[in-house]
Amino acid sequence: MKLLLENAHIEGIRYYEIYRKHGGYRAAEKALKMAPDEIVEEVKKSGLRGRGGAGFPAGMKWSFLAKPEGVPRHLVCNADESEPGTFKDRYLMEFLPHLLIEGLLISSFALGSNLTFIYIRGEYAWIVDVLEQAIAEAKTNGWLGKNIQGTGFDCEIHVQRGAGAYICGEETALLESLEGKRGNPRIKPPFPAVQGLWLRPTVVNNVETLAAVVPIMNIGGEAYSKIGVGRSTGTKLISACGNINKPGVYEIEMNLSVEEFIYSDEYCSGIPKGKKLKACIPGGSSVPIVPANLLFKTAKGETRYMNYESLSDGGFATGTMMGSGGFIVLDEDQCVVRHTMTLARFYNHESCGQCSPCREGTGWMYKILKNIEYGKGKMSDIDLLWDIQGKIEGNTICPLGDAAAWPVAAAIRHFRDEFEWHVTHPEEAQTRNYGLAHYAEPLSTVTV
Amino acid sequence: MKFSEEKLKKVNEIIARYPDGKQKSALIPILHIAQEENNGWLDVTTMDHVAIMLNILPIEVYEVATFYSMFNLKPVGKHVFEVCRTGPCMLNGSDDIIQYIKDKLGINEGETTSDGLFTLKPAECLGACGYAPMMQLGKHYREHLTKEKVDLIIDECRRNAAKNN
Ligand SMILES: Cc1cc2nc3c(=O)[nH]c(=O)nc-3n(C[C@H](O)[C@H](O)[C@H](O)COP(=O)(O)O)c2cc1C
Ligand code: SF4
Ligand code: FES
Repeated sequence: MKLLLENAHIEGIRYYEIYRKHGGYRAAEKALKMAPDEIVEEVKKSGLRGRGGAGFPAGMKWSFLAKPEGVPRHLVCNADESEPGTFKDRYLMEFLPHLLIEGLLISSFALGSNLTFIYIRGEYAWIVDVLEQAIAEAKTNGWLGKNIQGTGFDCEIHVQRGAGAYICGEETALLESLEGKRGNPRIKPPFPAVQGLWLRPTVVNNVETLAAVVPIMNIGGEAYSKIGVGRSTGTKLISACGNINKPGVYEIEMNLSVEEFIYSDEYCSGIPKGKKLKACIPGGSSVPIVPANLLFKTAKGETRYMNYESLSDGGFATGTMMGSGGFIVLDEDQCVVRHTMTLARFYNHESCGQCSPCREGTGWMYKILKNIEYGKGKMSDIDLLWDIQGKIEGNTICPLGDAAAWPVAAAIRHFRDEFEWHVTHPEEAQTRNYGLAHYAEPLSTVTV
Repeated sequence: MKFSEEKLKKVNEIIARYPDGKQKSALIPILHIAQEENNGWLDVTTMDHVAIMLNILPIEVYEVATFYSMFNLKPVGKHVFEVCRTGPCMLNGSDDIIQYIKDKLGINEGETTSDGLFTLKPAECLGACGYAPMMQLGKHYREHLTKEKVDLIIDECRRNAAKNN
């Protein structure tokens, strides 16, 4: 079932007339006749969980929003999308801008935000034009601006570009950036729901989360909660990339098995040149990598499904996480050490530098990984890496520190022999002749 | 450093978005415009000019300009190739593409060709991982890069430069 991308293929759906003709703004019509709290109730009932990575229930977050007398409140849409492997929000905004604008209008109405921002990563420059055109059309047709559809509710939406900083996806860093400052995360509490943008109560939600409010209004929270499985309700966008035949953005119901997602023709369509699957990072670069043998089945031998609970089954010893839905596939010829090194470089580049464990630790991890990858590592470096990642995790202001530590920890946990091979075969490592046949079988060094 | 009429109008529109007293919020959007108006980079004079426009201290502008990787603090070539090298792009051959560009243009990462036409700037994930390997060129992305495609892009840039001279 498709709730978000159902009309994505329709020619011209980016434009108001065509979007409207295919049922667009019907959810907004319905919502504007309801009381704001009733909308919050529907979203609560739907079980919708934040699609930005952490999976926090959206309705619950909305109900935490402080409402002090006389203080304006704001809704901010997080379109920073910078987690390696993740490109779903881009797809949604590029092809269905009105779906997001409609979701933002309903959510702004429910939360009482008269001034709403879309904070978009600076590199998505052309998408700013797409969104601004949609906003202008919505305004011309009375869906934004003053006294929307005669309800007395006013709302403006502005698109604000970032300028190249992954950390600005973290909600408090995003707010700092929106205030014209460096993207340094704030210490919580206070949470944005109490003191957010300009210290006013603020809700920050991901693009996909806010777009999902539209189908929730259309079919009702109750019906939405019945799609999917358990606490993984509704549909989820997955951006699939790496070594697969059909990379792209897919909308799935969360009772789909991981194996079907990779091999079925409807989704990734298998691995190019008939190669074997080696490993997968199913939720964006920050979540643990898992070897093939733990990807399709959990440690208990049960089928693994594409949802929050099943992917994290077994904890970090044998499981991983749903994260942002950035699904990265590695085939048998790929080098886990090199891949992990690029991720370590990424986190080192993106650390805002406020906390020493993150600022220094990410630099050390990158340097050590680079040495190992280029055949200049020692056996003791592997333990040193393990030690450093453990000292970052949990000791920082924001979760970027954990996000940098987890990929390194998981790579060592599951692929330690590959790190050791780099140390014992320095010449082959230097020429990047990874002795790949050695890794053709999915490795398992897991102790459950 | 001076903003064109049209850009000045845009700047004022942006400043008007924010509640009274919150004009500093306009800083990043305005720095983007300033960089466009100043051949793709921000010098001290430009940043000081922006500080005056927003009635903030110059240091507040420098703090921000040095934090974000899209702001260039040194002159850049007319065409900046920002080639992604993070995991998913690496899995699809970005290492080879970067090496090919280096060899073809005779520059290293962070350098500009002597004719001032090209700069190669390493980039981390740009949200195009499914269309890898890729690079950002100006406002747009160039995706599914191959060596042949890189050749075509370089030719295209050279032709445009010749036309504009
Ligand atoms: C380092 C870091 C980067 C993040 N990047 C993003 C991002 O690009 N987009 C996003 O929606 N959430 C991102 N998040 C999560 C946000 O902090 C926040 O939880 C999210 O925007 C809440 O929206 P949701 O509840 O709808 O998911 C990031 C978090 C961290 C720690
Ligand atoms: S954990 Fe890293 S990114 Fe987060 S606040 Fe600390 S230094 Fe900055
Ligand atoms: S890894 Fe290159 S665009 Fe994401």
